[in-house]
Amino acid sequence: MSGARSQSLLWLAQRGSAVVLALCVVVHLSTMIVAVRRGLTAAEILGRTRGSLVWAAFYGVFVLGVAIHAPIGLRTIVAEIHGGHRRSIDVAMLAVAAVLLALGLRAVVAVTMGRAA
Amino acid sequence: MNTLSVRVWRTAADGAGGRFVAYDVPRSPAQTVLDVVTHIQRRVDSTLAYRFACRVGMCGSCAMTVNGRARWTCRTHVDAVSGGGLEIAPLAQLPVIRDLVTDMREFFDKWARAKGQFVPTATRRDGFATVAPASRERRAVDAAIECIGCAVCYSSCDVVGWNPAYLGPAALNRAWTLVNDPRDGARSERLAAVAGDAGCHACHTHQSCTERCPKQLAPTASIAGLKRMTAFAALTGALR
Repeated sequence: MSGARSQSLLWLAQRGSAVVLALCVVVHLSTMIVAVRRGLTAAEILGRTRGSLVWAAFYGVFVLGVAIHAPIGLRTIVAEIHGGHRRSIDVAMLAVAAVLLALGLRAVVAVTMGRAA
Repeated sequence: MNTLSVRVWRTAADGAGGRFVAYDVPRSPAQTVLDVVTHIQRRVDSTLAYRFACRVGMCGSCAMTVNGRARWTCRTHVDAVSGGGLEIAPLAQLPVIRDLVTDMREFFDKWARAKGQFVPTATRRDGFATVAPASRERRAVDAAIECIGCAVCYSSCDVVGWNPAYLGPAALNRAWTLVNDPRDGARSERLAAVAGDAGCHACHTHQSCTERCPKQLAPTASIAGLKRMTAFAALTGALR
């Protein structure tokens, strides 16, 4: 991806996802601070998130934001360190995005839909 | 007599590499770094090559690296920078021709690559174009149009060192002044030229250019403006 238009859209995607991530991080951290009662335990967290479509949607959006935001920034850094080979860097970054999305969504499913231990 | 210890970069006789050579220069009141270099060239070693023209901060030709930082030597007082002596080198990020003289071709070629030339839309038979001083576009470039092309920003930019194709702060700042010029006829070609990995999207917003610009301009703001403008153009289909 090297055209002027695609580069501009990538920039827009990174800025847009940054806004989403900023909101998600604030909600995530403030929930931890406000919700913790008797120590930060897995049981307490899972008790809150399991079966909750709201938390599933929230963390789904969070993961999607990460999968969009991180590879675009990483793409620039890798290109500056290694130079050239833009196409192979783009393919590698698509793979990074896919891995982040897959691992993230797997975690979201586990904490919102998994069975109690 | 009070003297100043100065180390000046000298190119090797065969043109490959070089080294710092030490000189002692008499101190004088209100002495500038350019005065120091001129003293060495006229009184100590006439083979020293350096570049200057106006001596008053108008031409932008005397920029050098002074104690590790790009500056106009004509507007830099020795008192302000010589705490532990003075080290004078050519501008970084540019090929050295000899001693303190750099080859500015790539710097200005990048202005051309950023389509830094005004493209008129009127003819000599048309009346004078009116650009309202209070208009949004005119105010957006109030500061940026004052650039005199000294390359201090280019020399100070980390991204220029990492990505040799990067157009650099000065060329992008120039493009920003033109995309806001209602008289110009090449806006979309210019936006296409400045978008992408070698253009405004390569900027990391370190702001070294803005911090070190001797005219206190903000190329970072101009580049941010180009990012917004290219994104809008990409969404509306105006950018190919």
